[in-house]
Amino acid sequence: MNKLPLIIKREYIAKVRNKSFVVMTFLSPILMVGMILLIAYLTQLNDTEKKVIGVLNESDYFANEFVTSEATSYINFQDITLAQAKDSTMNMGFYGLIYLPNEPNLERVAQRAFFYSKDAPSATVLDKLENSITGRLRQERLQELGLSPKEYAEMDRSYNINIETFDGLQNIKGINEIKAIIGGAFGYLIMMFIIIYGGFVMRSVIEEKTSRIIEVIISSVKPFHLMMGKIIGTSLAGITQFGIWIISGTILLFIGLAIFDIDPASLTNNDRMTSGMVSSANVDVDALTQNIQLYAQEIFDLPIFAMLFFFIVYFVLGYLIYSSIYAAIGAAVDNETDTQQFIFPVILPLMLAIYVGFFSVFSNPNGPIAVAFSLFPLTSPIVMLMRLPWGIGEGGVPVWQLITSIVILIATFIGIVWVAAKIYRVGILMYGKKPSYKELYKWLKYSS
Amino acid sequence: MSHILVANEVTKQFGSHTALKNVSLEIPKNSIYGLLGPNGAGKTTLIRIINQITFPDQGAVYFDGELLKSEHIAQIGYLPEERGLYKSMKVGEQALYLAQLKGLSKSEAKKRLKYWFERLEIGDWWNKKIQELSKGMAQKIQFVVTVLHEPKLLIFDEPFSGFDPINANIIKEQILSLKENGTSIIFSTHRMESVEELCEYIALIHKSEKILDGKLSDIKKAYKNNIFEIGLETRNQEALLLEMKDKFQILTQEYDSTENQLNLRVQLPSDQSGEILSFLGARANVNGFIETIPSANDIFIKTIKNKNIDHE
Repeated sequence: MNKLPLIIKREYIAKVRNKSFVVMTFLSPILMVGMILLIAYLTQLNDTEKKVIGVLNESDYFANEFVTSEATSYINFQDITLAQAKDSTMNMGFYGLIYLPNEPNLERVAQRAFFYSKDAPSATVLDKLENSITGRLRQERLQELGLSPKEYAEMDRSYNINIETFDGLQNIKGINEIKAIIGGAFGYLIMMFIIIYGGFVMRSVIEEKTSRIIEVIISSVKPFHLMMGKIIGTSLAGITQFGIWIISGTILLFIGLAIFDIDPASLTNNDRMTSGMVSSANVDVDALTQNIQLYAQEIFDLPIFAMLFFFIVYFVLGYLIYSSIYAAIGAAVDNETDTQQFIFPVILPLMLAIYVGFFSVFSNPNGPIAVAFSLFPLTSPIVMLMRLPWGIGEGGVPVWQLITSIVILIATFIGIVWVAAKIYRVGILMYGKKPSYKELYKWLKYSS
Repeated sequence: MSHILVANEVTKQFGSHTALKNVSLEIPKNSIYGLLGPNGAGKTTLIRIINQITFPDQGAVYFDGELLKSEHIAQIGYLPEERGLYKSMKVGEQALYLAQLKGLSKSEAKKRLKYWFERLEIGDWWNKKIQELSKGMAQKIQFVVTVLHEPKLLIFDEPFSGFDPINANIIKEQILSLKENGTSIIFSTHRMESVEELCEYIALIHKSEKILDGKLSDIKKAYKNNIFEIGLETRNQEALLLEMKDKFQILTQEYDSTENQLNLRVQLPSDQSGEILSFLGARANVNGFIETIPSANDIFIKTIKNKNIDHE
């Protein structure tokens, strides 16, 4: 009779019933969502505070530049001195006062313009003011060169270079960053999962050793089955936890957004166009929506199913490799404090993979370093997944690299599980002193 | 087939250390077989081989006439010396799990657990966690878990450690009643008084080798040295002693003059005690006559000492 399902079931139940596991599972989404809501709420609070700025315009220019907008109102002062204007601004609690002196030409007006405020003004406000004045200056200069305001309005449009790959696929700027984020998220998820649940596997093995139930159990089942049951049961508990996090997190987020009446768009930090030119703003908005469509198009064009498929393949293999190492470590030691010397070399390749991913893969997804690390079995689950958003085949990961990487990974998986099972088998019945690497090597040569 | 387990020239090495060297055993059915030996002699390794936790490098083990294979696990119950249970798991669930690992169905395991829990008066512990129980209580659960699947062969490694005398006695009775019902039992220990009480057969393992085995009564016969303890009631002990010294070898003597009681230890050339009895019967009132039989403990110590001398 196969006892593996029994072991998996016990490990799973023991894990999900564990108090700290339950607390973690249900508290984390609340904390996360709470934090997101707090940030969003504070951002919105910041945004909704409408700034009122006084304008004392003694010049002949800037009649149309300072127009009241969603975030800022401009109040024009007329026929008062600068000192009076300052007083009124302060008394009325305005954010600040922009002063444009009477000078013969625009150039000099701009040079001698001042912004007065109670405290140091915020960068966004200054940016806005500066942009307005810069725009006006440019317009003036072009008019001097013989351009009518209408022509100027037509001329001023933002520009994005069109990008295309050699085989004619249209590309857009910034999509690489999005791909990097998606690939990075996959890689990071795998690393976190391995470290957290590998640790659980290790502690569970140590618990069986210290409670001395281990010999009772392996007189009924093979140590290999116990090890695999433990790894699988723990990972199922982990997947349950992740599932609960995703579902409850999403629900909580929407509930929270509804309760606090926060616009979901404010979470996605899109800078609104702040150009003073109303006419050109329309063009910008068009360009923006077009861009958004392009991004959406690109994201839909990502090999989503291939990525998910390979995510699962790399996730399963990577997790099995690492958690069997963790199980072997747990078996080799008597208590958790002794694990440090063995844990570090395990975490090292994971960290390396993440760093290589962020610094090398994103800048050059098909460079030699990226290729090497996506073939090396201890880093490939993370690095290869970071490369995959750039596609498979032409322009992306060559098929041979993908196949080679998986073959190496499977071979390593078999090798490592074999070694780990040996160490595990000997280790679980060894008590007393902390073993050295040399001793672990000796265990490998013991016949079962 | 009259043997539940036969080990044939079993050798096991760990690296350069030989844990067992050509050990052969024959464990008769429906008996209690004592596996004796000092710490580190190789008893646990042998037991682990029987349980297929580890496998012999050379030699073979036969269970009930068949070469030992994984199906036999369900017919063997093992209570290891280093034992424990999951601390944070409930007693009932834990026992069910371990019984299912031995191949029992859930409903059958439940039924038998209820029976055993009643028998040992531990019925209300079902929902308790092991960490809430005392060590002795946990040991009782452990015992139940070991015997629950009604194995043909039970292996107890130091079963009484951790029990108070009352509970140790309860467990001893259970072991005897299991034997009555046909179970064969291997009993590994270095506590000789329990060997004397329980075992019909013993094997002595020392420094990875079996140095003695057989029926306990036969071994005792082989080890007896024809020393008799004699108690006499006599008034002229001096004359009697003088006369005796010519005929027999007196090892010790003591005389209580108020009771006229003479106690002697006498070495005879053989176990033929008729001659000395008729001799004494004619001269004094014999009120005590017993052959000193060596205890298992004496045999244990003596054999190991001899073995050590041989080695030197």
